[in-house]
Amino acid sequence: MAFIRFADRPAFRNPWAEFERIRQGLDELSRTYVDKGKGQSRANVYPALNIYEESDRLIVTAELPGVKAQDLELSIEGETLTLQGRRDRKQQDPGVSYHRREIESGSFSRAITLPIKVDVEQIGAKLNNGILTVTLMKASAVTPRQIKVSAE
Amino acid sequence: MTEQELKIQERKAAHSGGETTKNEAYFAPQVDIFETDTDVIVIADMPGVTTDGVDLSLEDNVLTIQGHRVLAKQPGRVLLEEYESGHYLRRFTVAETIDQDKIDASLADGVLRVRLPKTGPAQPKRIEVKLG
Repeated sequence: MAFIRFADRPAFRNPWAEFERIRQGLDELSRTYVDKGKGQSRANVYPALNIYEESDRLIVTAELPGVKAQDLELSIEGETLTLQGRRDRKQQDPGVSYHRREIESGSFSRAITLPIKVDVEQIGAKLNNGILTVTLMKASAVTPRQIKVSAE
Repeated sequence: MTEQELKIQERKAAHSGGETTKNEAYFAPQVDIFETDTDVIVIADMPGVTTDGVDLSLEDNVLTIQGHRVLAKQPGRVLLEEYESGHYLRRFTVAETIDQDKIDASLADGVLRVRLPKTGPAQPKRIEVKLG
């Protein structure tokens, strides 16, 4: 379902801004049709996130293998959700010899601006088998509400 | 000492030889492999896999690690998609002789750890040569 929020449009119609808007729209189109199923939008900062929107909530997911719940910190300030944490490497005895070493350890920090206002009191987060799922309920002001139509 | 920042690692698709009928992606998990005096240890990142989804086999010195996960249908509308979920598959040729019966594996926080115990080195057998 495609819908356009009024807020997305500039208040003053600048003709160049209109071109920019068209360009962005075309970029988005080509992204959704050409890259479907591969690269998607490339994340530059760890961890890569997926964000889904349901009618009453936002769902943010991330794959965080090896990160323990106590080493993960989530915070929200206004519409900015911050994920911070670290992955520790298990200390191995000095006698071991490595054949392959691909798993990295270290810290990460990522802040993301949520596209919709959320209710900061109703946020749930769980870390299950290395997958983080954050559920953020939309602020009541932006939750769709049925409007009764009455006949007169 | 400043701590290293984690980076996004590129995901490589894994092929099991032949395409699968289901349109589900397989990825090669990142691994650490190291050897101690007694064991070969394989550690693989498999977020989302539960213990019943792990499939391990060692045949003809080829270790196959498979992780199947329940790929839930994405909820609602996608606002941002930076990663793709899939199953995991990776194969290794193990040079050491492994005691097949004593392999054990554990899974914690989406990380699989497989211990492959080496069998003791074959004792060189000394053959006495007698004067005939």
